[in-house]
Amino acid sequence: MSPPVAPPGWSRWLVPPAALSVHLSIGQAYAWSVFKPPLESALGLSGTQSALPFQLGIVMLGLSAAFGGTLVERNGPRWAMTVALVCFSSGFLLSALGAASEQYWLIVLGYGFVGGIGLGIGYISPVSTLIKWFPDRPGMATGIAIMGFGGGALIASPWSARMLESFGADNTGIALAFLVHGLSYAVFMLLGVLLVRVPRTPGAADGSPAPLEGVQVSARSAVRTPQFWLLWIVLCMNVTAGIGILEKAAPMITDFFADTSTPVSATAAAGFVALLSAANMAGRIGWSSASDLIGRKNIYRVYLGAGALMYALIALFGDSSKPLFVLCALVILSFYGGGFATVPAYLKDLFGTYQVGAIHGRLLTAWSTAGVLGPLIVNWIADRQEEAGRHGSSLYGMSLVIMIGLLVVGFVANELVRPVHARHHVSAPAPKEAADVPRQQPESA
Amino acid sequence: MSHDSSPSPPDLPGRRPLIAFAWLWVGAPLAYGLYELVRKATQLFTG
Repeated sequence: MSPPVAPPGWSRWLVPPAALSVHLSIGQAYAWSVFKPPLESALGLSGTQSALPFQLGIVMLGLSAAFGGTLVERNGPRWAMTVALVCFSSGFLLSALGAASEQYWLIVLGYGFVGGIGLGIGYISPVSTLIKWFPDRPGMATGIAIMGFGGGALIASPWSARMLESFGADNTGIALAFLVHGLSYAVFMLLGVLLVRVPRTPGAADGSPAPLEGVQVSARSAVRTPQFWLLWIVLCMNVTAGIGILEKAAPMITDFFADTSTPVSATAAAGFVALLSAANMAGRIGWSSASDLIGRKNIYRVYLGAGALMYALIALFGDSSKPLFVLCALVILSFYGGGFATVPAYLKDLFGTYQVGAIHGRLLTAWSTAGVLGPLIVNWIADRQEEAGRHGSSLYGMSLVIMIGLLVVGFVANELVRPVHARHHVSAPAPKEAADVPRQQPESA
Repeated sequence: MSHDSSPSPPDLPGRRPLIAFAWLWVGAPLAYGLYELVRKATQLFTG
C-alpha cells in the first residue's frame, strides 16, 4: 500500500481526528479490568489468569511497536491504521468466540496476541504523519493523539461496564459484549483509515509527498547513538516515577491519612484515582504543547526536576496536608503523561522525521521496562515495610526516595543529550524509502 | 525551534463540514468519557 498523499486543499486539521479515532480505540486496553470479574466468575479463572490477555497485549504492544515501526514508515499511516483496525477488532471477535465456547485460550490469543499487535502498530501509526503535518507544533500534534490513548480507557470503562450490565455477566453476555466492542471499534477506527493523508510537496503536479530536508537519521542508525539511549533512560525514569504513584494511588492516599482526623474513605480514594487520570490526560496535551514554545530539553528538565521536587514534598510534608498531597500527585501524573506525549517531538528534533515513527516504536521498550519497574519497586518496598511493622505514610518513605533518585538519573541523562553526530545522518534516501517523508526544518535539541 | 509554515495550502471551505464531522466523531465519545470521569472525581471531595 503506497502512502496516501493529500490532494490540494486537504486540511491538516483532518489528521488529528484520524489519529484520535485510532488512539481512543486502542486506549481501551487500560479498561480491561472491567472484564476481569465477569470472566473470573463465568469461566472459573483466578485473578492472575484473568489478567493474562491484558499482560500479553501490553507485551505485544511493545514488541510490535519496536519491530513493526520500520514497516509502518515504509507503508505509511493508512496501511498501519488498517493493520491496527483489523488486529484490534479481530482480537475482540476471537475473544467473543472464546467466551461463547468457553475456550479461554482463544481470549488470550485474540485479545492479547492479535489485539496486542493492533495496539503497538496503532500507537505509532499516526506519530510521524502528525509531525510532518505540524512541523511548527509537533508537540501539540502528537500530544493530541497520545492524549487519546489515555482517553480511550475513560470511554471504555463506563461503556463496557454498562454493556455487561445489559447483556449479563455470564459467558454469553461477555461474548456479546466482545462482539459489540469488535464491531464498534472497527467502524470507529475506519474514520482514521479513510481520513489520514501524508502532506504533498507544495505545488507539485504529481502529488508526490514532501521531500526530505535537514538532519535525518534512520531507525537502524538511531539505536546506535547515545542520544537514543539517553532518551530511553529519560522516558523509562519518568514513566517509572509516574507509575509509582498510579499503581498504588488509592491505598497510598488512604494510608497517608489513616492516622489523621480526616481519614480518606474508599469512595474518596476512587475519586482521587479518577482525578489522577484527568491530570495524566491534561499533561499529555498541555505539557506537550508547551514544549513547542519552551523546547523539548527544557520541558524534560521540568518533568524530571520539578517531578523530583514534588516527590520530595510528598515525602516531607505529604501526611500533614491533604491538599498538598493531592496537588503534588496531580502534578507528577501530569508530568507522566507529558513525558509520553512529548517524546515523539523530542525524537523528531534529534533524528528528523525520516523514520521517527520507527524510532519511537523502539523507544517504547522503555515504557515496557518502566511498567515492570515502577509497580515492582513500590509494591515490594511497601510489603517489606509492612512486614517490619510500619504503617501509614512510613510504608512509602523508601519508595518515594527511590523515585526521587530515578528522576535525578533521568534529569542527568537529559542534560547529556546533544545533537546527533553527522556520521549518523542519512544523505539521500531512495524514492521508495522517502515516500512517507517530511518537509520541515531540523531543530537542535 | 523552527516555525516554518504548514505543509498544506490554505484549507478549502468545502472541507469544513468534513472537519466538523471528523472532530464530532471523536469528540462525542471523549466528552462522554470526560463526563464520567468528572462524576467519579467529585467523589474525592464528597465521598
